[in-house]
Amino acid sequence: MGLAAAFWIMAVVMVGAALAVLFLRNVFHAALGLILCFIAVAGIYLTLSADFLAAVQVLVYVGAISVLIILAIMMTRDVQKGNPVNRLEIPAAVVAVALLVILVYVVTSTPWNISGAAPLAPSTAPLAARLFSQDGYILPVEIGAVLLLAAILGAIVITREK
Amino acid sequence: MTIGLTHYLVLSAVLFCIGLYGALTRKNAVIILMCIEIMLNAVNISLVAFSSYVVPQYLTGQVFAIFVMVVAAAEVAVGLAIIFAIFRHFKDIDVNKIDLLKW
Repeated sequence: MGLAAAFWIMAVVMVGAALAVLFLRNVFHAALGLILCFIAVAGIYLTLSADFLAAVQVLVYVGAISVLIILAIMMTRDVQKGNPVNRLEIPAAVVAVALLVILVYVVTSTPWNISGAAPLAPSTAPLAARLFSQDGYILPVEIGAVLLLAAILGAIVITREK
Repeated sequence: MTIGLTHYLVLSAVLFCIGLYGALTRKNAVIILMCIEIMLNAVNISLVAFSSYVVPQYLTGQVFAIFVMVVAAAEVAVGLAIIFAIFRHFKDIDVNKIDLLKW
């Protein structure tokens, strides 16, 4: 019962915050809506008993990515003209609603192979074992580290003054 | 009514479509980047839901969600750097006015 209540609260907050990102006039207020949406996603992870991912979501998205986005909004403040839309508004709405209808139909009509087992409750140690073990995902972890390094170097090179 | 896998997948689909609509229609480059982040979060929700309902003992979906976060962090760093470079060059971040490559 408590889980269901938590799910519905998080779902309503998340969808409302995502709509606020789209429809608030002020870009800074839209960024605040995005942060609220990220926090609600962390709550959804908690209801799925993914505690480590919830912490990572708060650290990476709420902590780092939103700060980057707000920095970008501050830097480009002179040319911010609210939240305008382009000519594609109606075709894009049709495409998005059609995709939503198709996705909901597929999700509700597929017989998912639900496992009855309880999920691993503190997921940090098993997740570390999966990521760093010999037969786990150690190679993708290393590649991810190289990708992050390359992205940081690329961002510095792109933004550097001539 | 108990919460099942279908609830999480429908929620993820709703969030993804909101992000898609925003990314297709907004003119402000920063807003478009924010909508792409919303779409990545929607995909992460469905991955974690699959992980917790279909293979609860293996955590494969959570591992995948971590890699999605890594790529999203790299993407937002490079994307904002490109927005800064565009802003410095054009003095504008309206994507309709940045059409040098438009045929």
